[in-house]
Amino acid sequence: MSEGARASFPFSVRGEERIYFEGCLDGKLLIQRCEQCDGHIFYPRAVCPACFSRDLAWVQAGGRGVVHTFTVQHRPPESYDHDAPYVLAIIELEEGVRMMSHVHAPPDQVHIDMVVEVRFVSHGGTQVPVFVPAGTSS
Amino acid sequence: MSGRPLLGIIAASEAPSQDTGRLSPAGLMAEAAAAAADSVSFPMAEIDGLLSASAVYYMPTLTLAEHLGIRPTYSDSTTMGGCSFIAHLRHAAAAIEAELCTTALVAYGSTQRSDGGRYVRSMSELLPYEIPYGPRWPIAGYAMRAQRHMHEFGTTPEQLAEIAVAARAWAVENPAARASEPLTIAEVLSSPMISSPLRRLDCCLVTDAAGALLVTSPERAADLCDDPVYVLGAAESHDARYISGVPDFTSTPGAVTGPAALGQAGLDLRDIDVFQTYDAFTISTLLALEDLGLCAKGEGGPFVEEGHIRPGGSVPLNTSGGGLSYRHGGMLGMTLLVEAIAQLSGTATGIQIEDCNTALVHGIGGVQTAAATAVLGTADAR
Repeated sequence: MSEGARASFPFSVRGEERIYFEGCLDGKLLIQRCEQCDGHIFYPRAVCPACFSRDLAWVQAGGRGVVHTFTVQHRPPESYDHDAPYVLAIIELEEGVRMMSHVHAPPDQVHIDMVVEVRFVSHGGTQVPVFVPAGTSS
Repeated sequence: MSGRPLLGIIAASEAPSQDTGRLSPAGLMAEAAAAAADSVSFPMAEIDGLLSASAVYYMPTLTLAEHLGIRPTYSDSTTMGGCSFIAHLRHAAAAIEAELCTTALVAYGSTQRSDGGRYVRSMSELLPYEIPYGPRWPIAGYAMRAQRHMHEFGTTPEQLAEIAVAARAWAVENPAARASEPLTIAEVLSSPMISSPLRRLDCCLVTDAAGALLVTSPERAADLCDDPVYVLGAAESHDARYISGVPDFTSTPGAVTGPAALGQAGLDLRDIDVFQTYDAFTISTLLALEDLGLCAKGEGGPFVEEGHIRPGGSVPLNTSGGGLSYRHGGMLGMTLLVEAIAQLSGTATGIQIEDCNTALVHGIGGVQTAAATAVLGTADAR
């Protein structure tokens, strides 16, 4: 997004959280790399949870990963406006970090170790990453 | 066992009914506290330590002390989910040993069912990185643990269902249990899917619940009552708060706290007469069995299939019917402790384990990302 503009989000984001979600608006999946131990980090932190360094850099993830685990949610939380069922998953990115997301695929075709890649979709006036089976046309 | 116990429990009480509508959560806690104190004729005004955790009160020790009209000089509202009260025993022991207080009350009260099940949702603070995806707390985390366990070890829905069936088999023999109709694996597997692979009958009950424990030094406990229950060992640990932070979906901090609590007690698993483990979901029990070492990692499914945790099996576990079939007020740790103490005192309302002198109580919090374990025993265990 343009320099100096402040995006608004449908939920509270502060500091490092805002940097991540502003990256999403630009279609970039931002994670961190620790300059001390070279490990990747997600979700964004102020301190590396592996070596406790504060020397962390933002990097753009490649956007590919595998389904580490998942659940098909048949009963969304009351406050969550979404058609059910939907596939809630923990994705392990190629960089080695894990993140929560959705897999946009028929629930009965989703499996652990399925190779997936990121897409950005609209959500409540902002953009968030979801994952589709690798090779799905945009 | 080795060495001096950590703590003596001189009284335990729980709310007599599961659906009161009679009292507020604070009222239920206060009633349980008064019943515990009365049972050993201990003057309420002499309680100088107070420990509580709550899903409804931000400052539960302040709320309860005000309700009771007491002014504690030691206050601890450590919250690590439903296992908090088990951790509180350890904290109370440390406080009493350090002479910060002499007699402490540990209490919990919940009107979760009367309130329409809102409590657990009140704990469902999400990371901003999770909010867009609508995880239903806490079942989504447990469901993803179960899915991963099935993938790695071949665990089946039938094996998970067996855990609910075993819990029900204990509850059928307990007139105080909320769910007392016999249950079959087929019935579990035909109940509605909530968050795959977990179905409605893989989930705990939603009930009101309250309980209170009165604790003091082991030496003083022996002076104040005839048959105190002793805390012989205890441990606590946690590795994540959020589903996104779970480091390993098939193991939990119980792998740390179980052996640590037993080690402090100077006991082995084979010395334990009864087990109370936190069954928020069937997968919770499966992971606890493995992490405590009752079976090897990955073998929980075949282990329960062999009937080990049913009444008459080799591991007397959740003898009241547990959270799956007895009661679950949102934070089960207190209910587990009360049942363990009842077994050790020979006053269980359901199946009483014979010659019961040692108990292991294993609680969890978060999405099984926190754990607190206590080993309890009678004077005969010492």
